[in-house]
Amino acid sequence: MDISRADLKHLASLSNFSMSDEELDSLSGDLQNIVSYISELNALDTEGVEPTYQVFEMENVWRDDEIKPMDANREELLDLTTEEKEHQIKVPKVL
Amino acid sequence: MKIANKTVTATRLVQDALAKAEFFKSYNIFTSIYEEEALKRAAEIDARIAKGENVGKLAGVPFVAKDNYLVEGTKTTASSHILEPFVAPVTSTVVKQLEDEGAILIGKVNLDSFAHGSSTENSYFGPTLNAYDNTRVAGGSSGGSAVAVALDIVEFATGSDTGGSIRQPASFNGVYGLKPTYGATSRYGVVSMASSLDTDGFFTKTPEDMDLLMSICAKRDEKDLTTLPDFYNETPAKEVKKIGVIKDFDNDSVDPEIRACLKEKCDELAKKGYEIVELDMPTLKHALAVYYIICPAEIASNLSRYDGIRYGLRSDKAVSLDEIYGNTRNEGFMKENKRRIMIGNFVLSSGFYDAYFLKAAKARTLIINEYAKAFEKCDFILTPVAPNPAFKLGEKVNDPIAMYFEDVMSVPINLAGIPGLAIPAGKTESGLPIGLQLLGPRRSDKQLIEFAKELA
Repeated sequence: MDISRADLKHLASLSNFSMSDEELDSLSGDLQNIVSYISELNALDTEGVEPTYQVFEMENVWRDDEIKPMDANREELLDLTTEEKEHQIKVPKVL
Repeated sequence: MKIANKTVTATRLVQDALAKAEFFKSYNIFTSIYEEEALKRAAEIDARIAKGENVGKLAGVPFVAKDNYLVEGTKTTASSHILEPFVAPVTSTVVKQLEDEGAILIGKVNLDSFAHGSSTENSYFGPTLNAYDNTRVAGGSSGGSAVAVALDIVEFATGSDTGGSIRQPASFNGVYGLKPTYGATSRYGVVSMASSLDTDGFFTKTPEDMDLLMSICAKRDEKDLTTLPDFYNETPAKEVKKIGVIKDFDNDSVDPEIRACLKEKCDELAKKGYEIVELDMPTLKHALAVYYIICPAEIASNLSRYDGIRYGLRSDKAVSLDEIYGNTRNEGFMKENKRRIMIGNFVLSSGFYDAYFLKAAKARTLIINEYAKAFEKCDFILTPVAPNPAFKLGEKVNDPIAMYFEDVMSVPINLAGIPGLAIPAGKTESGLPIGLQLLGPRRSDKQLIEFAKELA
């Protein structure tokens, strides 16, 4: 599997990285090597094997439907943002 | 563990720990030190002891937390730039459990940024140096935790282990390091890396201390619904007879001194009457590739939350919303973070999902089955933690594949969710620590710790 320049740009975009062409170039060799390495898994026969996504014994966890206080309150959480206005997080206009 | 009593006060223990932290400053262990708060807490504990109050099982014992554990009102950086300004609004369950027993947090310690790495060289704040040779790496990602315990700055440290991040630095610095059964300890308030693999555990100087910490922290937590129902303190004693060794790991890719150390330990055990069982585990050679598919996939998902909007860094070069996302993430993440996020998005992207992520998830089933079969033939497994002792600073940091191979013997158990205890097992001729790891079935954490006393 060869990672093309277009693939790299696509991955940077999926990852939400504003990368310069120089930075993309600097990552290309490493990413190609990693993909080549993980492709060795093709050698393993997994025909008919069920996939595993979690290793804990999945079960329903029930609790009473009651409101409990959070560890942090609204003000403390809003304090974490860079820009706040009228108890809301402010971002640049979207449209 | 030293418990504050009438001859040793908590204040004295904390003062000593702070003095040692200052003395070993050049090792770059700490990301924050809480001098004032720690001394205040120590004074409170001393006052309560004077009044004859019950102050808990860890009263006055200084400790450090890996800087991916949140502590309310303090910085939690995950050794990254993107979380550098972040002040935690909550405290992680594990830190709270320890503090409720009287332990005193004196500071937070260095890691590879977001725990991505095996040397602590990927930290935004620079590498932590090995406790035995300051030209070598601490191991990682919990390098600061391992070195703080090895240099006797504190009695114990918290760490997190997604693919070896507790066991490998423990082995590089000659201390005990436990990666618990998946779900044994709470992950509430710890920065997520790869959620199906992440576990929280400890570094200690003795198996007895490890047992004490697990007896306190291995509890069901309603804030982390992946925690198991309580089992640790009710674990039955186990009569251990058979120890497995993995033939597939006994080859030239492992340092000869480490292979010799494992053989010596096995000979000692055989002399004591244990049966040594050789195990064929051919699927394990694929575990590293499986790990470096599943782990980046989960990293790509978990780290998508760092967008510069709600908390952490926000790029000042951005004008539009898209620029805030793209610039903040590009400025805030280290190179290895970016590699993992991009590989994760690659293996999950349309056209490659079946060939990589699904394939790896199926291979994971085979690895789990292989361990289950192995534990039909033996009680525990003893293997090296890493293929080599601590390597030189700079030796592997620019070669991601070489760095990933550090994890070749540590990642398989994260995929299977079973516990592993790294134990100090000897030294190389040049004086570097060698660690071995003891592996057992799910929920055998306490039995592993008990058995480690045999090997001590």
